[in-house]
Amino acid sequence: MSTATTIVPSAGPVAGSRSFLSRLREGDEIARMITFLFAASVVFITALLVYELWVSSVLPRHKFGLSFFITRVWDPVFDNFGALPFIYGTVVTSAVALCLAVPLGIGASIFLAELAPARLSDTLEFFIDLLAAVPSVIYGVLGIFIVVPLMRQFVEPALKNSLGFLPFFKGPAYGIGFLTAGVVLAIMVVPYIISVSREVLLSVPRDQREAALALGSTRWESTWKVVVPFARTGILGSIFLALARALGETMAVSMVIGNAPTISASLFSPGDSIASVIANQFTEATGDLYTQALIELGLVLFLLTFILNGLARILIVTTSQRGSGQGNA
Amino acid sequence: MKRIVGIVLAVLGFAGIVWADSTLSLTGAGATFPYPMYSKWFSEYHKKDPNIQINYQSIGSGGGIRQVTEGTVDFGASDGPMTDEQLKAYQDKHGFPVLHFPTVLGGVVPTYNIPGVSAELKFTPEALAGIYLGKITKWNDPAITGPNSGVNLPGEEIVVIHRSDGSGTTYIWADYLSKVSLEWKSKVGTSTSVNWPVGLGGKGNEGVSGLVKQTPDSIGYVELIYAIQNKMPYGSVKNSSGAFIKADLASVTAAAAGAAKNMPADFRVSITEAPGKTAYPISSFTWLLIPSKFSDAGKRDAVKGFVKWMLADGQNYTEALSYAKLPKEVVTKEIRALNEVR
Repeated sequence: MSTATTIVPSAGPVAGSRSFLSRLREGDEIARMITFLFAASVVFITALLVYELWVSSVLPRHKFGLSFFITRVWDPVFDNFGALPFIYGTVVTSAVALCLAVPLGIGASIFLAELAPARLSDTLEFFIDLLAAVPSVIYGVLGIFIVVPLMRQFVEPALKNSLGFLPFFKGPAYGIGFLTAGVVLAIMVVPYIISVSREVLLSVPRDQREAALALGSTRWESTWKVVVPFARTGILGSIFLALARALGETMAVSMVIGNAPTISASLFSPGDSIASVIANQFTEATGDLYTQALIELGLVLFLLTFILNGLARILIVTTSQRGSGQGNA
Repeated sequence: MKRIVGIVLAVLGFAGIVWADSTLSLTGAGATFPYPMYSKWFSEYHKKDPNIQINYQSIGSGGGIRQVTEGTVDFGASDGPMTDEQLKAYQDKHGFPVLHFPTVLGGVVPTYNIPGVSAELKFTPEALAGIYLGKITKWNDPAITGPNSGVNLPGEEIVVIHRSDGSGTTYIWADYLSKVSLEWKSKVGTSTSVNWPVGLGGKGNEGVSGLVKQTPDSIGYVELIYAIQNKMPYGSVKNSSGAFIKADLASVTAAAAGAAKNMPADFRVSITEAPGKTAYPISSFTWLLIPSKFSDAGKRDAVKGFVKWMLADGQNYTEALSYAKLPKEVVTKEIRALNEVR
């Protein structure tokens, strides 16, 4: 303690000349090293994960090469494996989920952050956090017993009658398939979007709103033209968090997607996703090529998430350069 | 202080000796289909011989084969017999073979949901293969209506439902279709999961039965036990003698008895489409996979003791849990085969 008092006044250039040993004694160096180790462990785990997936999928990588990405067949009997239907299913269900969840989530967060009284907002926030913590198998069961019958009896026939001329709404309405999986995913990810976006909107400085109001804008104009653009980066962040959850969701998707590796423009068609097929088939997979093909699917999902996350970063960087203010993700 | 430490150490040491001496713990892993039966057997056997504790993880047949090959468990269990390559891989790794021992029997039944039809349907092999190949698409197809005269079948599209997860049930179903349809054999084949030409997948027996119940004009397949326990309607299937047989415990055992005459020495036999007038054609054994050599004599004797008991008294527990018991001919052969475990 006594050494600390002698050094503090001489902060600045002199501080740099403190010996490594003295910094060690004061704990700064220890704290730095320990926290560095914690931070480095994230990189280490990611690298280890990729390495393991890469090494454990050597057979199918050599046998199929890049054609793994464009083959439409998944045939464990004749050892012919391709990832395309699963990539397609993963991307389509996540896209449907975001199309539904983004407007809903952002709308709700604007209400909670800007328009609702604080007490109501906090109460609702409690329920939203609760929703985010519900295990996905529960959403899957609700999907089977509530969403699937609703889709088959009402939603899909209605879409077919009104928008049936589009390729997206053709074919028999089984109630399970891409659309239902997307709807269930949307229900699952909406709490993430609301919760994060609300926090971001609440953190927009008060003087931004006051300045807009002082210039004569209405409450809605100040929200929509000043506050929301200011928080744009953070809102995008919440959407990408939701996307990451949707891409990797296994249980709930598996229960309502139909589990047939098809590629069809129709959202009524049954499909399959990467995470779902791994969960379905891994336990009973016999034979090295089959098991390793499933592991390679895991690698593909990792790659897909990596690419989409990269795109998200780029989007955030470009919008924040063009955009207004710092924002926080 | 020293004395307390001394007492604690003595007690621990004593407990260690008692624990090590008294219970012998065996681990097994594999098939999920016979799991209720196995857990009943293992607990009954533990009551009979409290020194032996058998732990079983129902991780699936593929996992059972993998783990017994790796040597991480004392025995494995599988709903489908190991392939020649898998046996060779085992032999190469350990220097001795792994043996199959049938334990109980299971059947797979076609279940359906056609609004307005309450009669029990009869299915020919051609009809089932045609439906699952996607060639028969309507319920009023002559292949289905033929044996079901008097039933007013609608002209609706058939919604085909299958298992989405790899499973022994799918193995038995696909094995049966491979035997009755050359086209199925060459295009689809037999495995725990296959490249389905048509249909929707449900996860587990409950997933398939849920989809069938909810989807009008659908057909699916589930384990006999599951259908019995959940009181689901299911159809009868035409067997190799031309009789329409509804699956029950007796007709599944009859299939095993029909196959027993030509049973190979290693018990790796498919009993789908088995001969016999009363045999139900979509039946199968489920097997324990036991190494033919144990380095630990205690474990060897425990495993052999259990299998002997399972083949004799153990078989009396099967029917209460809706499993079909082994026919006598098979039991005799298995007791002889048990001598090969050394």
